[in-house]
Amino acid sequence: MEQEILKVENLSFEYPDTPVLRDVNFTLYKGDFLGIIGENGAGKSTLIKIILKLLPFSKGRITLFGEDLAKFRDNYRIGYVSQKANSFNSRFPATVKEVVMANLYGRKGFLSRFTRADEDKMRAALAKVGMEGYENKLIGSLSGGQQQRIFIARALISEPELLLMDEPTVGVDARSVELITDIISKLNERGMTIIMTNHDTPSLVRAADKLLIFCEHGNGEFVRRRDLTMEQINDIFAGKRVHHHA
Amino acid sequence: MPEIFAYAFMRRAFLAAALIAVIAPCMGMPLVLKRLSAIGDAASHSALAGIALGLLIHINPILGAVAFSIAAVLGIEGLRKVFGGYSEIAPVVVMSAGIGLTAVLSGFIQGGSANLSGFLFGSIVAISDFEMCLTIGLCAVVIVVTLLLYKELFFVTFDEEAARLSGMPVGAVNFVIMILTAVTVSVASRIVGALMISSLLVIPVAAAMMIAKSYKQTMILSVVFAEIFTMSGLFASYYLDLSSGGTIVLIGVVFLIAAAALTAKRRR
Ligand SMILES: Nc1ncnc2c1ncn2[C@@H]1O[C@H](COP(=O)(O)OP(=O)(O)OP(=O)(O)O)[C@@H](O)[C@H]1O
Ligand SMILES: [Mg+2]
Repeated sequence: MEQEILKVENLSFEYPDTPVLRDVNFTLYKGDFLGIIGENGAGKSTLIKIILKLLPFSKGRITLFGEDLAKFRDNYRIGYVSQKANSFNSRFPATVKEVVMANLYGRKGFLSRFTRADEDKMRAALAKVGMEGYENKLIGSLSGGQQQRIFIARALISEPELLLMDEPTVGVDARSVELITDIISKLNERGMTIIMTNHDTPSLVRAADKLLIFCEHGNGEFVRRRDLTMEQINDIFAGKRVHHHA
Repeated sequence: MPEIFAYAFMRRAFLAAALIAVIAPCMGMPLVLKRLSAIGDAASHSALAGIALGLLIHINPILGAVAFSIAAVLGIEGLRKVFGGYSEIAPVVVMSAGIGLTAVLSGFIQGGSANLSGFLFGSIVAISDFEMCLTIGLCAVVIVVTLLLYKELFFVTFDEEAARLSGMPVGAVNFVIMILTAVTVSVASRIVGALMISSLLVIPVAAAMMIAKSYKQTMILSVVFAEIFTMSGLFASYYLDLSSGGTIVLIGVVFLIAAAALTAKRRR
């Protein structure tokens, strides 16, 4: 039987005076790749933050790895690349190695020390995003696309089973978009469950096998990627409402 | 042995200063990198109010300083939430309260404010046994906690949201940073002076950031620089009969400007 990773039932959410999500429903199984698409302000980041417990929700039910979200504590099983990941101060004196290894905290816990094995994990994570050899570079000295790959590596170092990425290609050049698309597809092929939001790069969701489309009303339409043609997906990104029949 | 070390009080002053030069940049790192440098100023000016009260009611001024600067950093944390996105207002409010309270209390101190001025600008005076123990004990606590929480402090400083998501008790780590900052400025007020201590938190870190190639190097270099400033400052203030805190800080500023000029030249 397929392992259920994430189940969202009848989820609604509003900021004071701003209703955002309405009655969202979907279930993800191990190895699924979900693309969340919709225009700016549709509620994509909001949904991600709710799943990460950064925002409290009152209506609905979320189950992570078979456990109620409120009770879920195994943070290391989830990786996250924020939409604002590379908005840190570019003069911050930290190396790639220091940034990536910091996220081992979830595995190691309070007051623990880093070991040789941890450094190997760091190198393995960098290799997964094609950034081996950059460990001693200052993070602020890298290009936007390289920084984004470092932040993906940081998420990967705790060996998560579910990876959430909020607009991982925002503000990076075309070459990096290709590289990042590749990285994500490879991770997914190796069995990692992935959730990725996007509002402007149809090619990114080509590899997704499920889509959650936010058009109007914030309720999100949950469809299988293969039920839509690439043309229809392009139309959604262009802001055209698509009526499809599954 | 140089003449300067023949005096027991000078040996004590050097030991205390050497310890302070370790803890000041350790606490300066998270403050500078989180853009919270103003908190050091607010805490030290509030410490001054505690010193004034201590002199007034005859309890050890450094104990008074610790109590008041801890109250100050807790007050700042509370106020930061009130002001939300404009949280930099909070330390300014607390600092105003600290200065105001100091001014009012100093009016009641016998012998006027002469007693207090040593704590404003720092002085090499006889440090009592009790104060020496207090200084060594508090510095040891700050050093040990900084080393034990090294990776926690780094993560919270670099990316608080990611630290929280990894399961780290970010609130507790921030609380520790605040309390240790309060302790640091209080301990330093005797020799470096309450008006000078925030410079000793910031300047060594700022200088180290120009050269260092990692977070770890920044930390090590900033301690080395702080030692250079305080040791040379104490020598100069002894032989030239200058205010110890003022001399230490001025050496730091000159060093920082020189380092800035050198790195600017190298970049060109
Ligand atoms: N802290 C907040 N308080 C109030 N309203 C908010 C807040 N954050 C977001 N919103 C509103 O909620 C809606 C959804 O925001 P969200 O950031 O989830 O959109 P998004 O789909 O991620 O957009 P983008 O493509 O720009 O990243 C928007 O209308 C936004 O104005
Ligand atoms: Mg968003």
